Amino acid sequence: MSDLSQFLDNEPVVATAGTDMLAVSIEQQGSAVSRADWRPPAAGTEDALNVLFSDDRMRDANEVAVGRMLAVRPHLADVKVARDVITGMTDRTFLHAGPPLEWDRASGPMKGAIIGAMLYEGLADDPDDAAARAARGEIELSPCHHHDAVGPMAGVTSPSMPVAVVEDAAGDGVSYSTLNEGLGKVLRYGAFAPEVIDRLRWMDAVLGPVLKAVLASTGPIDLQSLIAQALQMGDDGHNRNRAVTSLFLREIAGALIDGADASVENRRAVFDFINGNDHFMLNLVMAAGKLGSMAASGVPSSSLVTVMARNGTDFGVRLSGTGDRWFIAPAPPVDGLYLGSFTEEDASPDIGDSTITETVGLGGFAMGAAPAIVGFVGGTAAGAVRRTLAMYEITMTEHPMYQVPMLEFRGTPVGIDASRIVRTGVLPQINTGVAGKVPGTGMVGAGLVEAPMECFTQGITALAEVSR
Amino acid sequence: MISRVEVHRGRYHDSVRLMQASKALQEVPGVTDALVAMATELNLSLLADMEFDMDEVAGIGPNDLLLAIRAETEEAIEAAHRALDEALTPKVVPSGGLDGPDPKTIGTAARLNGANVALLSVPGEHAFVEAMEALQDGLHVMIFSDNVPIEQEITLKEYGVSRDLLVMGPDCGTTIVNGLGLGFANAVQPGPVSMVGASGTGIQEMCALLDDAGVGVKHALGTGSHDLSEDVGASSTLQALEALDADPETELIVVISKPPAAAVADKVRRVASECATPVVITFMGETTLEEGAGEVLDALGKPRPDYGSWEAPEREHRPGSVRGLFSGGTLRSEARHVAMPFLGPIGTREEDEGHTFIDYGDDEYTQGRAHPMIDQTVRVERLAATAHDETVGVVLMDVVLGYGSNANPAAELAPIVRRVVDSGVAVVVSLCGTRGDPQGRDAQATALNEAGASVYLSNAAAAREAVRLATTRSSS
Repeated sequence: MSDLSQFLDNEPVVATAGTDMLAVSIEQQGSAVSRADWRPPAAGTEDALNVLFSDDRMRDANEVAVGRMLAVRPHLADVKVARDVITGMTDRTFLHAGPPLEWDRASGPMKGAIIGAMLYEGLADDPDDAAARAARGEIELSPCHHHDAVGPMAGVTSPSMPVAVVEDAAGDGVSYSTLNEGLGKVLRYGAFAPEVIDRLRWMDAVLGPVLKAVLASTGPIDLQSLIAQALQMGDDGHNRNRAVTSLFLREIAGALIDGADASVENRRAVFDFINGNDHFMLNLVMAAGKLGSMAASGVPSSSLVTVMARNGTDFGVRLSGTGDRWFIAPAPPVDGLYLGSFTEEDASPDIGDSTITETVGLGGFAMGAAPAIVGFVGGTAAGAVRRTLAMYEITMTEHPMYQVPMLEFRGTPVGIDASRIVRTGVLPQINTGVAGKVPGTGMVGAGLVEAPMECFTQGITALAEVSR
Repeated sequence: MISRVEVHRGRYHDSVRLMQASKALQEVPGVTDALVAMATELNLSLLADMEFDMDEVAGIGPNDLLLAIRAETEEAIEAAHRALDEALTPKVVPSGGLDGPDPKTIGTAARLNGANVALLSVPGEHAFVEAMEALQDGLHVMIFSDNVPIEQEITLKEYGVSRDLLVMGPDCGTTIVNGLGLGFANAVQPGPVSMVGASGTGIQEMCALLDDAGVGVKHALGTGSHDLSEDVGASSTLQALEALDADPETELIVVISKPPAAAVADKVRRVASECATPVVITFMGETTLEEGAGEVLDALGKPRPDYGSWEAPEREHRPGSVRGLFSGGTLRSEARHVAMPFLGPIGTREEDEGHTFIDYGDDEYTQGRAHPMIDQTVRVERLAATAHDETVGVVLMDVVLGYGSNANPAAELAPIVRRVVDSGVAVVVSLCGTRGDPQGRDAQATALNEAGASVYLSNAAAAREAVRLATTRSSS
C-alpha cells in the first residue's frame, strides 16, 4: 500500500510549527499534537538554508559523515617524539590550539605556553628573550589541527615533546596529542616557571619511554571502550576524567609492574604521576576524538561540525563539507567557578582544542553522565541532564557506545549539525577549564561556554555557496 | 540445534544491564541457552561450561562484548537478536524533572509523537526548510503559510510526489482526514464524499452544504491556492485525486479550485474522467459551490434541499451599492460570480467605486494581524463604517465557523449589525458552518438574524438575496 493511501486509512498524527492556534484546534478535536517551539533562523542564513534544504545532498552527506565519525576505533598504540611522527614538524615548529594565530594576536596563556616551550626546547635564554624571538618570527606557529593533532588549553606542542599515537583499529587514521602535565602551574595554561620546564623534561626523559614500553607489552589500548565505561562512572570526558584515568591505570598496571625497561623508582614515579592527575586521560580522549573528526572530514555538502577549537583569541569551527576552511569569531569568556582568590577578571577568553570532545558526543554533550561536576551548571543533577538533553536538538544521532545512565542509557547526542544550530539558535555547550590571562599564571578556574553563533552562520553560508 | 557466538569488540554495557539482556534472550521462544556479557575471564569460563565454540572468542578481553545463543531455529536466533537490540536500546526518556527543552524544529517535534503529518504556519519565507525537513523525515505536509515563493512550492511538490508524500499548500487553509480537521475546518459526519480543494473556504462551504443536506465527508485534502496555476500544474491535486480514487470508502470525489489556469483545468478534467470513482468538478469562475453540491447530491440520488436560511423581516433600506465584506476568498469569488450578471461590474478593492466585494483575508488587509476568520477587527470596523456611508445600501458578508475560527463571531458582529440595519442598510450574512461546529451553527445564525440580518447557509443564496435587495430597491 502506498504511503499516501496508508495515511488516509488512519486518523492523522500531527506535529506543528508556527501559530499555536492551529495546534489548539486539533486538541479541541480530541487529538494530541506535538508542537515545535519554532523561531526564525539566525539572521542572514535564510538563503543558505533554502539552498541546503533544496535536495537530499546535505542529509545524505551528513549520514555518511557521522557514520564515519562513529566507525573509528581509536586505540592508544604508542608514545613517540613529536618531531619523529608529526607531519610537517620542523625544529622550529610550535603547534598550538585553535585556528591559525600570529604571535601579536596571541592571548596571555598562549604566549606563556609558547615561551615555556621555547625555554624547554633550548631556543631562548629567558622568557623575555623567548618573547622577543617569537615576535621576530624565529619560530613557526601552526595549529595542531593542521597536523592531525590536538592539544588542551594552549595546546603547545614542540618538537621534543613525547606524543601519544592513537590509531584507528578500523581504518587508517592516526592522531596525536601531547601527554597531560597535571593541573595548576602547567605549560598548557601558560605557565613557564622552572618547575614547569623541569616537569616537561621529566616527561620526555621518563614518562614517554616508560609508557612506550608499557604499550609494547600491553598492545594497543581500546580508548573508546574505556571512555564508554567511564561515562557510566561519572566522567564527561572533558572536565572530569577521573574514572577513565583510573581505568587506564588498571589497564597498564600489570605491564608497569613487569618492568617496562625502567627502574623501580621511575616506574613508581610514572604511577604516581598518572595516579595524581585526574586529567591524565584528557589528552588521549581528545586524540580519540580527533580520529573521529578526521574520518568525518571532507564529505561534500555535509554540515557536520568536525572541529571546534579555540586559541585564546579566536574560536574556530570547521565543517565536513567545507574541508579545511576555518570559520572564526572572537573567543568568548567562560562562565565559570574560580580557584582560590581568582575571579573573572583574571580569566583569559576560551582556549584549547579540548572542544574536540564535544564534537564527538562528550564533554558538555555528556554532562548528564557526570553528576560530580554539576557545580558548573547551577548545582543540580537534573540541570546537568537537561544540558545534555538540549544538545539532541542540534545533533544527528545518538552515540552507540557512549551512554548516559540517567537517561535510561540513551546514547549521548553526537554529530553536531551546523544547519540545526543556525535554525534553532541552540549553541553547542562546552565544559572547559579557564586559564589566567597573565602569561605564567596557569589555571584559574573551570566552567561553561557556548560556541559563538557567528562561526556557524559563516559555515552554513560557505557550505551553501559550494553546494549551489 | 544452532549455536552462534559473536564478539562485538569494544562495546561496553554494565553487567547488571547485560544480565537483564541475557534473561530477555532466554525468554525468547526457541532459544535454549543465551549469554550476553563482557568477555571477562569469568564469563569466558561460563561460555565454555555452556559448551559453546570457544574458537570465536580467541584473543578477546574484558572490554569486548560477547554474545552466545543456542536455539532451535534460525528464526529464533533472529528473534533473539531483536530482543537483544530492544534490551540494550533505551526507549523511555524519564520525566519528572528530566524532561528536555521543547522541540525547536518540526523534525524533532514529529519524532516525539511519531507524527505522520506536519502542519506548518511559520512565516512564508521560512516555511520551505521546515517543510523539506518534514518530507525528508517521511511526513505529509500541510503548509498553512502563504507567501512561499512559487519555485519553492514546485520543489516541495516534486519532492513529495517522488516520495509518495502529499504536500498540502502553501496557502492551504483546510484539510480533513478521517474527520480530523487541520487548519480552518468544520466538524463533519463521516460519509461517502471526499474532496480535493485548492481553496480552503471552498472546501468549508462544500462541507457545510453537504452537512445541511445530510451527507457526510470522508476526507477533504487541501492542496493550496496556487496548485492549479500554470507553474504548479495541479501537482498535489492530481496526487490527491489518485489517492482518493483508490480509497475504498470514498464513493464520490469533488474537486474544488479557485479559478484555474485553462490548460491545468483541462489536465485535471482528463485525469478525473479516468478515475474509477465519479468526480464532480467545481472550478470557481465556471460554476458555484452550491451547484457543485447539487451535482453531488444528484449523483448520490439525494434531493437538492432548500439550504437553511434565517430571513429578516422585509423592511425599507436605503438605495446604494452592495458592499461585500468577506473573510473567505472563494466565498467572495462565488458571490461575485453570482451577482455580476445582475449588478454589472463589482470592484475587489476598497478604493473601487460602486459595488465592491473585498476579501479581507488577502495579505493587503492582514498585515500584522491574524486571519479575519479569527480576528474580526478590520471587518467590524468596515461594517460599522457602512452605517455612515450613504453610498452603501446593502452589506453582504460571510461568517465562517469551524475549528480554528473565532470562538463566537456573532457576539462581536451582532451589535454592529443592529446599528447598521438601524441606519437603513440591509445586511445579508453567508454563514459557512456545520451543525457540529463548536460555535453552534444555529445559535450563531439566530443571534445574527435577531440583530436584523438575513442569514443563509448557502453563500450563493446569500449573494442572490443581496442582488434581490439591491435591484428591487433600485428598480422601485
